[in-house]
Amino acid sequence: MPKTKDLPGGIIIDVGSTARNKTGSWRTFRPVVDLEKCTGCGICEKFCPEGCITIKKVKGYDKPKCTIDYDYCKGCLICMEECPFKAISSVVESK
Amino acid sequence: MGIGLRQFAPGHRTCAGCGSAIVFRHVLEALGDDVIICQATGCMEVTTTPYPETSFKVPWIHVVFENAASVATGVKRALKAQGNNHTRVVAMGGDGGMIDIGFGAVSGALERGEDIIIIVYDTEAYSNTGLQRSGGTPFGASTTTSPAGKKIPGKQEWKKNIAMIAVMHRAKYVATANPAFWADLQAKVRKAYEMEGGTRLIHIYSPCPIGWHVDPSKTIKVAKLAVETGLWMLYEVEEGKLKINYKPKEFKPVEEYFKLQGRFKHLLGRKDIIEMVERHVREHWEMMEKVEKEGIDLPKLV
Repeated sequence: MPKTKDLPGGIIIDVGSTARNKTGSWRTFRPVVDLEKCTGCGICEKFCPEGCITIKKVKGYDKPKCTIDYDYCKGCLICMEECPFKAISSVVESK
Repeated sequence: MGIGLRQFAPGHRTCAGCGSAIVFRHVLEALGDDVIICQATGCMEVTTTPYPETSFKVPWIHVVFENAASVATGVKRALKAQGNNHTRVVAMGGDGGMIDIGFGAVSGALERGEDIIIIVYDTEAYSNTGLQRSGGTPFGASTTTSPAGKKIPGKQEWKKNIAMIAVMHRAKYVATANPAFWADLQAKVRKAYEMEGGTRLIHIYSPCPIGWHVDPSKTIKVAKLAVETGLWMLYEVEEGKLKINYKPKEFKPVEEYFKLQGRFKHLLGRKDIIEMVERHVREHWEMMEKVEKEGIDLPKLV
């Protein structure tokens, strides 16, 4: 298998390779999910620009819940704004 | 797996709260795997493919501003010559790439009735280069090349309506969509995907929080208001017949939409301009509802 850098004309063969760029480091505000309030409706998932929200099984709950991949979350807080159950709040990001 | 992640990886450099990124995820999810995308220069090209990386997991080619539709034409014809009739070819571009610079190629493809899908994600300005005004910029919006000053309150021309221009080209299918109405957006892309022969064009509203001076968290709020104020009409035109997909029971005041966006800040309190925009919206709706009710075959007008 050839490598991208050996190919001519700007051909990129590493599909989906931006995934190595963890945009989570951009974040100023961190969305935090209140699992008690979250109904798993999936509205946040639909509107997340990064696709870093998935609705999946979480330990301790029967229903699937909103799960945020903080590796890629840029902290735009659309999820917080759009959540109909006010289950997402924000905190200032700190190391 | 999140929406569209099968086709479109995260880690792209779009700004936080990017409306176009939301649009792309839904469009790509609806298109599925058997597509080739020809993408004009623009935000979504620059941010998704910084060499040697790419966000795309489907075949994708970057072409210059001018010729996304022409390249898509060539790719589709080459596929057909190889006996491949199943792979769909999509020309994607922003308002700069499709409504202005690449408009000739889009018009040509529409006129020839090429078997391709054209997706226009409309950020209503050249967002990639620092928000210069484009043909897609709406009336009154302040951009770096139509700045709001004491004498001239932002752009003084109306938005170019690419969807209706495509209809008049006798396109097979034309639709407008909005990411706040994502199910409608996906259904329209899917419909265009399943059609064969003839050009299908989808014009998608695509909020740009940085350029429009909107809080990143309000991207979808703004998109929803665009529809609820009547400024962005959701419709589809199939074989010349118009169908309006969503009619707000009561139009929200345009000022509510303007209030959220810095690009319209100078218009707040300008009753004369707001009234003019609202009248424009009303007249547009009246005309379109009449066309729908009477079943007017739009391309026959020309």
